[in-house]
Amino acid sequence: MHISPDQVIYWQHGFFKLNATIVLTWGLILVMAVGSILISRKISKGNKRSRWQNLLEIVVTGIEKQIEEVGLSHPRKYLAFLGTLFLFIFVANLCTVIPGYEPPTSSLSTTAALALLVFLAVPFFGILEQGFGSYLKSYAEPTFIMLPFNIISELTRTLALAVRLFGNMMSGAMIVAILLTITPFIFPIIMTLLGLLTGTVQSYIFSVLAAVYIAAATRSHEPGLQPE
Amino acid sequence: MDNTTIVAVASIVTAGVTTCFGVLGPALGEGRAVSTSLSSLAQQPDASSTITRTLFVGLAMIESCAIYAFVVSMILIFANPFWNHVIG
Repeated sequence: MHISPDQVIYWQHGFFKLNATIVLTWGLILVMAVGSILISRKISKGNKRSRWQNLLEIVVTGIEKQIEEVGLSHPRKYLAFLGTLFLFIFVANLCTVIPGYEPPTSSLSTTAALALLVFLAVPFFGILEQGFGSYLKSYAEPTFIMLPFNIISELTRTLALAVRLFGNMMSGAMIVAILLTITPFIFPIIMTLLGLLTGTVQSYIFSVLAAVYIAAATRSHEPGLQPE
Repeated sequence: MDNTTIVAVASIVTAGVTTCFGVLGPALGEGRAVSTSLSSLAQQPDASSTITRTLFVGLAMIESCAIYAFVVSMILIFANPFWNHVIG
């Protein structure tokens, strides 16, 4: 039993190897991108639209409303990044129903890459919104002594994002694998259902936490604002 | 006791103890979080979507502590570098 799909290698040539994580991620990207392109080829702006376009519109407006509720005032600017994050992790976790599939988010490489994206996106949006000097000055708030603690908290937040998603998905897969050797009849199905639920919740949590970090970085610190 | 035995015993015992104590704290914390969110839902049912969303985010943060303990146990059992060193 392997701990992550990183260890299932399909092809190797020196340093480059194609393991199950990479192949599954490519498959997911292909399915989602080709599906969206096919659906959005004939977009109708009127009141009559196809059901697939309706589905995508529900998804996009739902994500936009959630981003606004988290505290970001112009959700359109962040919709691309946060929406892609949520949809990728959501679809990757939900496809566990397909037999023989292991979610690529159950490998630390994928979750570390996603957490790195958030780590880079937070200063990017912060500088875009507040300007370089003002964003860097926000690290020294409320006093200058907090500077190392703020930096450490940035790094540990990123690490926590990666390990949280990895741990949840890996534990789901491992529980099912262990149970298949002990009580192979009904119980693994129940644990797979629980794994689907935690996968959905974890995808929502990942993107909501990314939105909260971006909101904290882009919040303008003007003097005279009422304390929240 | 040679090195292999020491590493094996330490890994197995630590994996068990890590999971044992690692899930104790988060379970208590999550219980308290859900109980206070239930009482606030009973007091203000109109704010239920905000309360529910905040509850889930808070539960995920608490759960991640249990996940840290679980990941350490899994590493000790399945991907133990010390074990790979003493048998390889």
